[in-house]
Amino acid sequence: MLERAELIRQEYLRHDKKFPHVWCPGCGNGIVMNALLRAIHHLELPKDNVVLASGIGCSGRLPTYVDFNTIHTTHGRALTFATGVKLAKPQLTVITVMGDGDATAIGGNHFIHAARRNLNLTAIIINNNTYGMTGGQYSPTTPYGSKSTTSVYGHVEHAFNIAELAVVAGASFVARGTVYHANHLNTMIQQAITKRGFSVVEVISNCHVQHGRRNKLGNAVQMINSFKENAVLVSKAEKMTAEEMKGKFSIGVLCDVEKPVSTEEYDRVRQAAQTEAIRIAEEKAKNGVKRYEE
Amino acid sequence: MKSRSRYEIRFSGSGGQGIITAAVVMADAIGAFDGKNVCQTQSYGPEARGGKSKAELVISDGPIDYPKALQVDLLLAMTQAACDAYFFDLKTDGLLIVDSGLVEQVPTSRAVSLPFTQIARQQIGRELVANMVALGAVGYLSGQVSLESLHAALLARVPKGTEEMNRKALQAGIDAASKIDLSTLPRSIISDWETEL
Amino acid sequence: MGVSEGPRKVLLQGNEAIVQGALAAGCRFFAGYPITPASEISEILSVQLPLVGGTFIQMEDEIASMGAIIGASLAGVKSMTATSGPGFSLIQENLGYACITEAPCVIVNVMRGGPSTGLPTNVAQGDVLMARWGTHGDHPIIVLSVSSVSECFSVTIKAFNLSEKFRVPVIILSDEVVAHTRESVVLPNQSEIQVFDRITPSVPPEWYKPYADNNRGVPDMAAMGDGYRHHVTGLVHDERGFPTQQPKEVEQFLNRLHSKITKGFSEIVMTKSFDMEDADVCVIAYGSVARSAMRAIKDARAQGIKAGMVQLVTLFPFPRKVVDSALRQCKAVIIPEMNMGQISREIHRVNQAGTRIIKHNRIDGHLITPNEILKHLINL
Repeated sequence: MLERAELIRQEYLRHDKKFPHVWCPGCGNGIVMNALLRAIHHLELPKDNVVLASGIGCSGRLPTYVDFNTIHTTHGRALTFATGVKLAKPQLTVITVMGDGDATAIGGNHFIHAARRNLNLTAIIINNNTYGMTGGQYSPTTPYGSKSTTSVYGHVEHAFNIAELAVVAGASFVARGTVYHANHLNTMIQQAITKRGFSVVEVISNCHVQHGRRNKLGNAVQMINSFKENAVLVSKAEKMTAEEMKGKFSIGVLCDVEKPVSTEEYDRVRQAAQTEAIRIAEEKAKNGVKRYEE
Repeated sequence: MKSRSRYEIRFSGSGGQGIITAAVVMADAIGAFDGKNVCQTQSYGPEARGGKSKAELVISDGPIDYPKALQVDLLLAMTQAACDAYFFDLKTDGLLIVDSGLVEQVPTSRAVSLPFTQIARQQIGRELVANMVALGAVGYLSGQVSLESLHAALLARVPKGTEEMNRKALQAGIDAASKIDLSTLPRSIISDWETEL
Repeated sequence: MGVSEGPRKVLLQGNEAIVQGALAAGCRFFAGYPITPASEISEILSVQLPLVGGTFIQMEDEIASMGAIIGASLAGVKSMTATSGPGFSLIQENLGYACITEAPCVIVNVMRGGPSTGLPTNVAQGDVLMARWGTHGDHPIIVLSVSSVSECFSVTIKAFNLSEKFRVPVIILSDEVVAHTRESVVLPNQSEIQVFDRITPSVPPEWYKPYADNNRGVPDMAAMGDGYRHHVTGLVHDERGFPTQQPKEVEQFLNRLHSKITKGFSEIVMTKSFDMEDADVCVIAYGSVARSAMRAIKDARAQGIKAGMVQLVTLFPFPRKVVDSALRQCKAVIIPEMNMGQISREIHRVNQAGTRIIKHNRIDGHLITPNEILKHLINL
C-alpha cells in the first residue's frame, strides 16, 4: 500500500511549486484526487492521453496538482470545455472534476445537457453541500434547514439529489461514492472512465470548516465517519422503505445503460455528409451546369 | 448622380409568392453564370412573414457601393398592395411589370400587365410557379441577364424534382414577354398631361 | 461546394461567405446556439464541417459554445462561434478566458438592434465598444468589421490568421445587412490563400514552458494530447502556466498580453482609403454603413465636393494613425454610425488637431442611406 502511494506520488503529482495545496486539513478533495489517480493508474492510461478539466471552487484546484493535460476553466463550465476537447480529439480520455455548486448551480444547464448529449466523458462531482472556497454560502445541495453564511436562519430551499438528476437527464452511467469508502470510490471512478458514454460519479465529501462547523456536524473525522454510518449499498437501499432511508443515502452504481455515444455517432454524420456531397457533384457533372469562371 | 452602369430591379408581392426565390435565381444567373456584379437584398423578419415581400437587385459592371435600391429601373409587383407600396421610387423611365390578374389599378401607363398567375395555373397546372413565370418576363424585359444563364441558375436553385415544372414556367414567362413591344409604351411613367402641367 | 475548388465567381450571402472564409482558413470546429440573424452560419457549417472532417455542435447556450470552442482550440483545432447581441453578452465570460489563456478562436457577432432582445431582425452597430470592452478586466483583443460579402470571406481568413499568430480571440463584427445581402464574389483558389497556423513547440516536452516569453511575445502553443502536458488556467499564471500572485510575475504576464498586440500593430490594423488624395472632407465609416458612405462620396464628387472616405476594417486596436492623418488633412470629418457614436468617441480621442467632427447616428433599425451622408457633405 505504501509502495503504491509512493508510486502515485512520484508518477502523478506535480511537485515543483504547486504544493502546499489550497485545501484545508482533513478535506475530502485529497481522497478524491487519490482515488482518481489510482483509477487512472490501474487502467494504465498514458498521462499524455488524459485531459482533466475543472471549474471554480476548491475542487477546481485539483487539476493543478496532477500531471496530465489539465484545464482549470471558468465557474460551472468545465463540461463545455471538455466537450470541445473531446470532439476535437476523441482519442483522449476526458474527465471533469466539479463541485456541487459548480456542476449543479452555475453549471446545472451544462450538466444536464452533457448527460443528454452522451459524449464519452466522465464527470466527477464532489458534493460537500456548500460553497467552501467563497466562505460557506448555501449551494444546490445544502439540506433544508441547514445553516450557511447566506442562510443563517436555516435554509428554506430543498436540495438536489445530484446522482438522481444525472440519471433522469440521461447519463449512461451514474454512481455515488463517499470519501470514507475510498477503495469503493476508486472502483466507481474506474467503471465511470471505462464506460462508453457520459458517466457521472457523485462523491459525498466533507467540508467541516464551513458546512460542518455551522451545522454542528463535528470535525473532519466525525463527518467522514458519518458517511460510513449513513451510506447504504444501492442493492440494499432498494429494499428499504423511505422511512428507513431517512437521513441515509445509497452508494454504488445507480444507473448503467447502453446507448449510442454521440462522439462516435458524429462519424456517421461525416459519412452521410460526404456521400451527399459526392451525389451532388455527380449530378452537377451530369447536368453539365457551367458557371462563370474568372 | 448615378453611374450609368447601375441597374436596379425590385421584385415585390406578398409572402408565400416566392418573390425572394425569383430574385435569388436572377441574382445567381447574373452573378455566378453571367459573371457580372450583382447585389441582392430582401425584406427580412416580421416584414417577410405574411404581408408584403420584396427583394432587390443591384446590377453593375463595376463594384457596387450601396447594396440596396436607390432608384428602381424595373419594378415587378405581384399584388396591388406591393404595387402601391413600392412604386414610389421607380425611375421616370423605369418599367413597371404587374400580374394583370392581381394588380387592377396600375399607377402608370408605362407598365406591362401579364397574367403570370393565370399562365402558371393554365399552362403549368400550378399557381405556385407564378414567380418563375414572372421571373421569365423580368429576365427577358430587363435585358440584364442571358436567358441561358437564367435557366441554368434556376436548375441549380430549385428543389429537386421540381426542375421541369419550374423550367416550363420560366419559359412560359419568357414567351409571354417576348410578345411585348416596349417601344409602344410611353417613355415616362409620368403621363404626358402631367408633364405638361 | 468543397473548399478545394479553383477560383470561381459565386453568389453568396454574407453569412455564407463567413463560412467559406472560415473553412478556407482551416476552421474545423464550430459550436453555436441559434440566434437571428446569425443562424445561417450554424446551419451551413452543420453541413460543411462534417464534409471536411470537422465537427459542428449546437450547444445549450452561448456560454457553452464559447467554452467548447476554447476546448477544441486547446486540443489544437481551429475553432469559431457565431452569434448576435444577446448571445454576444453570454460569450463574454469565456471570452476573457480565451484572452488570459491565449487560446486562438474567432467569434462572429452579426449585430442586430439592442439593447436586450431589441430588434432581432434589424440592423445596428451597437456592440462596437462591447466587442472591445465586454469581458471584464484589462485585456487585449482584436475586433474586425466587414462591409461586403467579399470582405466576409477575406476578413474571416484574416481573423483566423491573426488569432493563430497572436494567440488572441478575434471578433468579427458583421451586421444584419451584410449578413443577408447576396453578392457575386470571386473565391480564390485554396492554394492562393495564405493560411497561418499557430506555432507549436520545437523543444522536448520536459523543456516546454507554455507561457514563456519570446521575441514575438507569443508563446509556442502545444495541443492537448501531443505529449506536452501542461496546465491551462484562467488564473493569472507564470510562464509554466501555474497560478501566481507574485507581483513581478503578474506584471510581466499581463504586460506581455498587451504588448504582443502592440508589437503586431502594423499587421493587425487594416483600413481602406478612397479618394483621399485631395480630399478636404471625409467620411469615416465601417460595416455596411461604409457602402452608403462610398456612394455618398461619389455623389459628392459629382457635385464638385472634394470628399474622401476611410473605411475601418480593424476597429480595435484602433487605427489611430490613419484616422489621425485623415483628421489633419480634412477640415471636417463625418462619422455615420448605426449607434449613438461608439467609434466617434475613439475618433474624438485621437483628434489632436481639433478638426470638426460631425456625427450622424441612426438607431431605428435601418441602414443609413447615401443621401443622409451626402446632405452633411453638401452642408459643410
